[in-house]
Amino acid sequence: MARRKAPELNAGSMADIAFLLLIFFLVTTTMDTQTGIFRKLPPMEKVDNPPKIEKRNLLSVLVNKQDQIQMNGEEVRISEITQKAREFIENKTNSEDRPEKKMTQIEGYGEAEVSKGVVSLQNDRGTTYEVYIAVQDALATAFEQIREDKAREVYKKSYNQLVQDKEEEKVEVIKKMVPMSISEAEPKNIK
Amino acid sequence: MAKFTRSGEKETPAISTASLPDIIFMLLFFFMVSTTMKDSDPVVTVRPVSAKEVTQLERKELVTNISIGKPIEKFQKVFGKEDRVELNGSIRNIQDIPSFIANQRAEIAEAEQNKMIVSLKIDKKSKMGIVTAVKQELRKASALKISYSALPKYE
Repeated sequence: MARRKAPELNAGSMADIAFLLLIFFLVTTTMDTQTGIFRKLPPMEKVDNPPKIEKRNLLSVLVNKQDQIQMNGEEVRISEITQKAREFIENKTNSEDRPEKKMTQIEGYGEAEVSKGVVSLQNDRGTTYEVYIAVQDALATAFEQIREDKAREVYKKSYNQLVQDKEEEKVEVIKKMVPMSISEAEPKNIK
Repeated sequence: MAKFTRSGEKETPAISTASLPDIIFMLLFFFMVSTTMKDSDPVVTVRPVSAKEVTQLERKELVTNISIGKPIEKFQKVFGKEDRVELNGSIRNIQDIPSFIANQRAEIAEAEQNKMIVSLKIDKKSKMGIVTAVKQELRKASALKISYSALPKYE
């Protein structure tokens, strides 16, 4: 039997169609990266008796309108915040003017020392948003680093690895051991 | 002497373009997956900030956007050059935020209304005065979950 060759399909214009679609998508969409720093705002209701925080447990971070940063009365640069905040919260030397540690029962782990340190962030109306975010980020990095160390100490595993592997109970334990306590005060006009 | 010249002129075979559409389709799919639809043209300029500790915003239906920045040039005559708040594609006053939040919340399924996240897209040169005012309005509207929109920064 004589076999006839099927006629070749002209696919040349297919590329044009695909290009048209491609350009349509390029124009109508954005490479909008939806990433951000998550925070929870305090509710509006006034607390009658706000818990008193002892002076040794409080790290006050002030940012003025010239974008200068002060931590517990000492002027610092943005690059130093992480290190300073970490030293303060961890209080490895158990010094008297650093936050005290409280034995706390943690579900799924047992008793552990939890630092009572609180970071209070206060900014001026004239502070630049960029600097504010840089400070927020530096403080968050400090807590993240402490969590990282704790996770390695307790589970012999990196904290990020625990998060990635979805070991939620262990992540929760670490979060309770190192609570991210950053409180934001309402703005005042800091000189 | 041997002759090297060919007797008959041979035509060069046509290059097959059959796989070209496949390549273009590949590009197309890449863009379809990695981009999102533009909702509306921005009316304020927002130069994003970057930070190390960022998290991915998932569940786009739960996210409400509020932008703060200078109005774009053609609106500067009307709204001035100071930082303004953009809600839903138009420049509004800070006092409008609670009702805006209420409207947005009504669009979310009832069981998930408390999971609403407000994504704040704020120009990096904005002053904290307006940012704090917006945050206070959000607290009044009890939209407490916020995300400061920021690009990831790598070291």
